Amino acid sequence: MQLFRRLFAALTLILMAPLAVPGWGAVYAQAPKAWEMGMQPAGNEIKRRIIDLHDLVLVIITLTTIFVAVLLAVVIVKFNAKANPVPSKTSHHTGLEIAWTTIPVLLLVVMAIPSFRLIYYQDRTPNPDLTIKVVAHQWYWEYGYPDQGNFSIESRYVHDEDLKKGQLRLLDVDNQMVVPVGKNIRILTSSPEVIHSFFIPSLGVQRYAIPGRTIETWFSVDKPGVYYGQCNQICGSEHSRMPIAVHAVSEQEFKAWAEQTKKSADAGQPRLMAAADATAHEIQR
Amino acid sequence: MASTTHDHAHDDHHAHGHDDHGHDHHDHKPSFVARWFFSTNHKDIGTLYLIFAVVGGIVGGALSEIMRAQLQFPNNHIVESGQQWNTIITTHGLLMIFFSVMPALIGGFGNWFIPLMIGAPDMAFPRLNNISFWLLPPAFVLICIGLVMGESGSGWTLYPPLSNATYESGMGMDCTLFALHLAGVSSLLGAMNFITTIFNMRAPGMTMHKLPLFIWASLVTAWLLVLSVPVLAGAITMLICDRNFGTAFFDPAGGGDPVLFQHLFWFFGHPEVYIMILPGFGIISHVISTFSKKPIFGYLGMVYAMVGIGVVGFVVWAHHMYLSGIDIDTRAYFMGATMVIAVPTGIKIFSWIATMWGGSIDFKTPMLWAVGFLFVFTIGGVTGVVCANAGIDEAIHNTYYVIAHFHYVLSLGAVFSIFCGFYYWIGKMSGRQYPEFWGKVHFWLFFLGVNLTFFPQHFLGLSGMPRRYPDYPDAFAGWNYVSSVGAYISGVSVLVFLYVCFRTFTSKAPVADNYWGEGATTLEWTQTSPPAFHTYTELPRIH
Repeated sequence: MQLFRRLFAALTLILMAPLAVPGWGAVYAQAPKAWEMGMQPAGNEIKRRIIDLHDLVLVIITLTTIFVAVLLAVVIVKFNAKANPVPSKTSHHTGLEIAWTTIPVLLLVVMAIPSFRLIYYQDRTPNPDLTIKVVAHQWYWEYGYPDQGNFSIESRYVHDEDLKKGQLRLLDVDNQMVVPVGKNIRILTSSPEVIHSFFIPSLGVQRYAIPGRTIETWFSVDKPGVYYGQCNQICGSEHSRMPIAVHAVSEQEFKAWAEQTKKSADAGQPRLMAAADATAHEIQR
Repeated sequence: MASTTHDHAHDDHHAHGHDDHGHDHHDHKPSFVARWFFSTNHKDIGTLYLIFAVVGGIVGGALSEIMRAQLQFPNNHIVESGQQWNTIITTHGLLMIFFSVMPALIGGFGNWFIPLMIGAPDMAFPRLNNISFWLLPPAFVLICIGLVMGESGSGWTLYPPLSNATYESGMGMDCTLFALHLAGVSSLLGAMNFITTIFNMRAPGMTMHKLPLFIWASLVTAWLLVLSVPVLAGAITMLICDRNFGTAFFDPAGGGDPVLFQHLFWFFGHPEVYIMILPGFGIISHVISTFSKKPIFGYLGMVYAMVGIGVVGFVVWAHHMYLSGIDIDTRAYFMGATMVIAVPTGIKIFSWIATMWGGSIDFKTPMLWAVGFLFVFTIGGVTGVVCANAGIDEAIHNTYYVIAHFHYVLSLGAVFSIFCGFYYWIGKMSGRQYPEFWGKVHFWLFFLGVNLTFFPQHFLGLSGMPRRYPDYPDAFAGWNYVSSVGAYISGVSVLVFLYVCFRTFTSKAPVADNYWGEGATTLEWTQTSPPAFHTYTELPRIH
């Protein structure tokens, strides 16, 4: 019973989520759903291509598994000791052996061609419209906007007792990463202390944040809304409490937000400015 | 080979089949302490390994029950802190790999059946064999210290900086690392012993292409160990130095690189997964051939598929590191190389089915495990192909999809093969037969339990649930609940297994030499059940 109550609560939370993002009114929210059996819906072209490839591979592996299961079923029915008291002595069949070597190779080639295309597409963008530095800390995210006036914000999970109605436990954060829709956003990940992983399932983007190096990737967002992700590399005791929320808004809204945030950062939070270069400082330590 | 044991009169008698001197007291057993603590007998050492593996498996399994209880509901507080959780998952992984699956498949069945199947009186280096085993209990104690102190929360992959002195400062982490050193030396010594034995002590006439498949599997496994474990040893030595002696191999502040550790770890870690599954391949081959009453289909293909898996297994390690910022062309290479492994694996699956095809199959308990193995290993194998795609990996890396994948090949695949070997050989090893009914109950409960545990984890992973989380967003509650129920069913099946052991060892019925009949054709079935303390005082001739 408790299970269903919780599920019901979860479902309600998801349905309510769009109403509760502070300051932005009702927006589309992309979070995991209860009893979901497949990938989260695509929020951009990268994830669409991932889903397309996954669908192709899923068809191939499902047919392969069914084929093996059918063969096993036939063996169980036709070749049990009762049905077939005298075993054959066959132990070779060159044709068969060639077939089950070459057919898998062909299937792999069918998969590999789109797969190679995909990784080169999702690796990095040739034309970034803006850059965001993602600095992962124990246990919060810091998002730096070097080409918007070089300010940065810190993003922490909302504690259970502070959850507002409709906010998602372990997914909603105090300060979301704000991005403009339709723009190619270059992401540079790094970390001053341990390894983390910047992971947003619905945007098809994930990269480790590793001390001592900066790793580049990119994403874009098709339509306004909040896209949730989580830290995805074990990083200590609060590993499950550093979610990611990307809020995609129109370009004007983004500009306004950036200006305002830079002002308040300049005014009251000098630490934030320095933190954008945390990695470099750490290396010189 | 005899030259290796010339100094030791005791071994020497039995190494020479034509030496009449030892014959009259060939079943003389030493006293309890000498027999079990200073053992040089491959069968006794094999038994010790099997008992050890059961203990390791039960402790590791108990940890997994705690994990599933914690994850049964969101916002659960069975595990008190994230650090405690991380320690539990780390220890679960290490125990299951180094202290359960490897001791059972390599130390246990390997020691018992390599000499018996190749017609050798014992392993090439019996004393080395003894120390291989006795390095494990202290390693087990060290790893338990790490668990109890709650200071080894790095995950079994041990990635620095999380495992270095800044972020995991306690001595418990050092204990865990030294435990791996001991377990690694144990595996290395065992592997050298296996290779020497298989190359030099085969009965006259047993050419390499007449070797039973379990022996081939053990040989390839031993080579993988010899080539990969030293790399792990190097990596954890560097980590221990970073932690305690001021070096900076993996610390960027001192010019080191955390990604270097990942390369070294996975250069060991990927062959390691084949180390865990290849001996299982060998066991499954014998069981399928025995119960189908047919010779194995495509023997040479089976042999070279294993050799191929072993070789290619060494050049795919960075598919664990697609997101660690390695170059795109490098990723493309590792992706292609990884996909290639599906081909020899497919050859094995289809050859097993072809062995059964046209057979006259008895579905005794070992055969149930073997057929179950084919099914679950196929699922684990095809999801491996999904993970191999670096593009898809970006959406499922480190999620429960990966957890489901590797538990399907290991927790289901390798563990099914262990139980398969247990039911196949327990009559031979102990001279007492297991109860057929309870063996089948064990199989069906376990099959139901593990599938219910791990199949829903594919869904959780596709939906984006990260691994190593003690708590999760409420949307993941449903499938986690199902998964936990599956884990409890698997837990009950382990109790059934213990009952099977109890019934087996208290049974009085005598067991024939070859109780599986015409299908069982390898040399161990020519020996009594249980075999004499010293076997093959006359070397068999293979024609």
